[in-house]
Amino acid sequence: MSGECILEVRKLSKAFGGVQAIRNVHFSLMEGEILGVIGPNGSGKTTLVNLISGFVRPDTGQVFFKGKEITGLPPHKIANLGLTRTFQVMRPYHTLSAFKNLIVPLNSPRVRQSRGGKLGDTDAVAIDILDEVGFERDARVPFKTAGSLPLGYLKRLELARCIALKPEVIICDEVFSGLSMSEITSMIPLLERLRMDGITMIMIEHRLRELFRLADKVIVMNFGEKIAEGIPHEVMENEMVKKAYWGTEKKTS
Amino acid sequence: MEILIYGTVNSIVFALIAVGFTLVYGVSRVPNFAHGSIYVLVGFFTWSLVNDLKLNYALAIFISIAISAVVGLLIYRVVLIRLRGMATSEIIASFAVSLIILEGLRMQGIAGFKGFIGPFYALPPFVEGKIQIGDVFVDYQRLIIVGTGVSVVLLLWLFTHYTKTGLSLRAIAQDERAAMMLGVHSDRTAMISLAIGSALAGLAAVTILPLGNIAAEAGYRVLIYALAVCIIGGLGSWGGAILASFVIGFAMKISTALFGALWESVVLVGTIILILLLRPSGLLGKQKEIEERV
Amino acid sequence: MALKDRRKKRLDRSIKVRTGGLYALSSWSEMGYLIAPRLGLILILAALPLVLDMYWQRVLCSAGIFALLALGFDFLAEYAGLVCLGGALFIGVGGYISGLLNSTFGWPALVTIPLATFFGAAVCTVILLPCLRLRGIYFAIVSFMFPLFAVFIIIALGVFGSTEGITGLDSFPNIWVEVYLIIGVVVVALFAMRRLVSEDIGVILRGIKDNDQAVRASGINVTAYKTRAVFIAALIGCFGGAYLSHLYGWLGLSLFAMDFSILPIAATVMGGMGSLVGPVLGAFILTPMSEALRGFGQLRVVLYCLILIGFMLYKPEGLMNYLQRKYEQYEHWEEV
Repeated sequence: MSGECILEVRKLSKAFGGVQAIRNVHFSLMEGEILGVIGPNGSGKTTLVNLISGFVRPDTGQVFFKGKEITGLPPHKIANLGLTRTFQVMRPYHTLSAFKNLIVPLNSPRVRQSRGGKLGDTDAVAIDILDEVGFERDARVPFKTAGSLPLGYLKRLELARCIALKPEVIICDEVFSGLSMSEITSMIPLLERLRMDGITMIMIEHRLRELFRLADKVIVMNFGEKIAEGIPHEVMENEMVKKAYWGTEKKTS
Repeated sequence: MEILIYGTVNSIVFALIAVGFTLVYGVSRVPNFAHGSIYVLVGFFTWSLVNDLKLNYALAIFISIAISAVVGLLIYRVVLIRLRGMATSEIIASFAVSLIILEGLRMQGIAGFKGFIGPFYALPPFVEGKIQIGDVFVDYQRLIIVGTGVSVVLLLWLFTHYTKTGLSLRAIAQDERAAMMLGVHSDRTAMISLAIGSALAGLAAVTILPLGNIAAEAGYRVLIYALAVCIIGGLGSWGGAILASFVIGFAMKISTALFGALWESVVLVGTIILILLLRPSGLLGKQKEIEERV
Repeated sequence: MALKDRRKKRLDRSIKVRTGGLYALSSWSEMGYLIAPRLGLILILAALPLVLDMYWQRVLCSAGIFALLALGFDFLAEYAGLVCLGGALFIGVGGYISGLLNSTFGWPALVTIPLATFFGAAVCTVILLPCLRLRGIYFAIVSFMFPLFAVFIIIALGVFGSTEGITGLDSFPNIWVEVYLIIGVVVVALFAMRRLVSEDIGVILRGIKDNDQAVRASGINVTAYKTRAVFIAALIGCFGGAYLSHLYGWLGLSLFAMDFSILPIAATVMGGMGSLVGPVLGAFILTPMSEALRGFGQLRVVLYCLILIGFMLYKPEGLMNYLQRKYEQYEHWEEV
């Protein structure tokens, strides 16, 4: 961890119609760390990701990436700067085979630049990346149609889509959801490897035990506000966090 | 003064034409390209009923509008229902239906069908005569148009806010899945919306056509007007549609007064392009440019 | 509801499997399997003009133009998700530019056609640009409106020959040039498109059609790619228009006719959306049919539309996909 602030979110707010989805959220992400974002359903976690990655324009507030303001930039420009995200609702390009799914990010300006303008054999690169994330090359898994893959592979494909961009930050929106225990256990080494490669990550999760194994810091959202921030175990002792998750005890006397 | 009156009339004309289309699109997300063709169909049908079958005018109108609702329903039931969800196919199919109707009306020589060609078909106004407002003479028919337009909007508002069917239409328009979970039947609602939308097209036809004559080519123009209102006002926005009708209605009348009738279309095209460049989702469009799908 | 006791099972034919990738070069029969349909198509198209009389040769030229439009439509609809309801725009713009260059400056067809193809495509792309940022339906609406608007404006402003059009344009030296030029262009365009869609750009466009949010999240500027797609389709369409104006030697409002918008769509749906070859085939079937029915006036259009809807409801895969499936797979009933 080099300790520089790579992503800063200031006073972010967003309302949809009458619903205040995000209210005055601010946090900083340090280079090389894994930040967990937790909170009950509907607390605005995915909206937060949309705001940071440019899919939704905030009402107020700013987002800074590597010191430069990216608020209001279109999503593809933000991705090209190195800030990528996965989608909670899995939607690969159904009719294409798995490795062809990666052709899209491999054609982005960011990847082109890193290869000095020439793309080369994108098919081979795609298959290599899939190999890294655990698509067994010998079993011909990369060649299967994306629409036919089981969930575990789809989640890895989502990560691969981000990895193909050679990102500096990946925001993982619930990558563990829907997976079985063994699938999650086999995903964790992949995420740790990404961290070792120097990629900073934000992980939005419901599976607290697995998340706490990875996260350095955690923020807790409730009803669109950040109600706590700190090391995982400290945060879980926080009164407001407990109230958000478990509710308050009803006094019977 | 003259511009004010004719501008208002023109605006209501646009509003009447567009309201049926907006309803169908808002509810079932299907752009009913056959809207203009139903307009023309009703015109010719009424003409036939009155001239060939010598029916009473009011009765003919009533029957025609009823038939238009049935036609709308059939279009959904026979064609669109199988294509639900496949956006490209829905557009192509409704476009094809529109052509079948419009070009079909111009066919000659099939089983003795003479085809409706030439400027000889016209519907008589409901009430003959004019009235003087200020220093301008206005046909009663034009006043009837304004009256009809206002009542239609009012009735629709009441319908969608206070009746069960109307509320189900609004529900589906806002969130299809949620409405379905509450027991609102998606296909049936879409059929109802298409029936009402077509009936509105028919109503617009019988009210507006007496101002001029009926021609099959007008079908394309009517469709374009409806589409223009939706683009400028914002696809799916009611307030936008009404606002856009007034914007276009007045813009076109003003340009006629200043530059002559032929420039009307230029003004229309210009306004559309301007909106697409400056405010793509329309004047009151709530839809964002980038569709939310996360 | 009783469960079926048997179902259809489809398997790739063994020869299809053997011809995947490099293995295709391993024997004559395999190479033949791959080359036969393509060669057959080229040979038939090349031979047709030799056996037809003058009238039907002209029809073949028309069919070629519609084939180009159908190819463009299929490409835009299946590979970019843009339904273009106004093919007439390309024909009109291409035809008018080419014809005007010819009548105003006297430049020969050899010069005006390429110029009209390129600049016409540029003009069409620019006109359609504002709606590419928006959802697909806007493109459908706007592309439908523009040919009709073009007619209104030309009449309103009284330019470019207004309602009478301009006659006396240069034509081609002889019928053989006419026929083989268009057939050549159709074949080249077809193979070029097929090549294009298997390249990376084709994959990206299909991705855009499937899920444009994910494409954006992968750093691709979706609007830029859609613009490229429209430009490519406009190129072939405008060539058709430029060719047409010189074929008959005049330009007029009929270049923006609805026919140019609807017949390619019918040809594409009938021929098989997505196959690129299907629409071309569809055009070569529907155009002669339309000619034969010329005496029946508007019945033609009604007929195309009925065929279109029929295919869409009952055989949505279209002819070409059906034939291709039969060629590559065999099916049999299997007990469940």
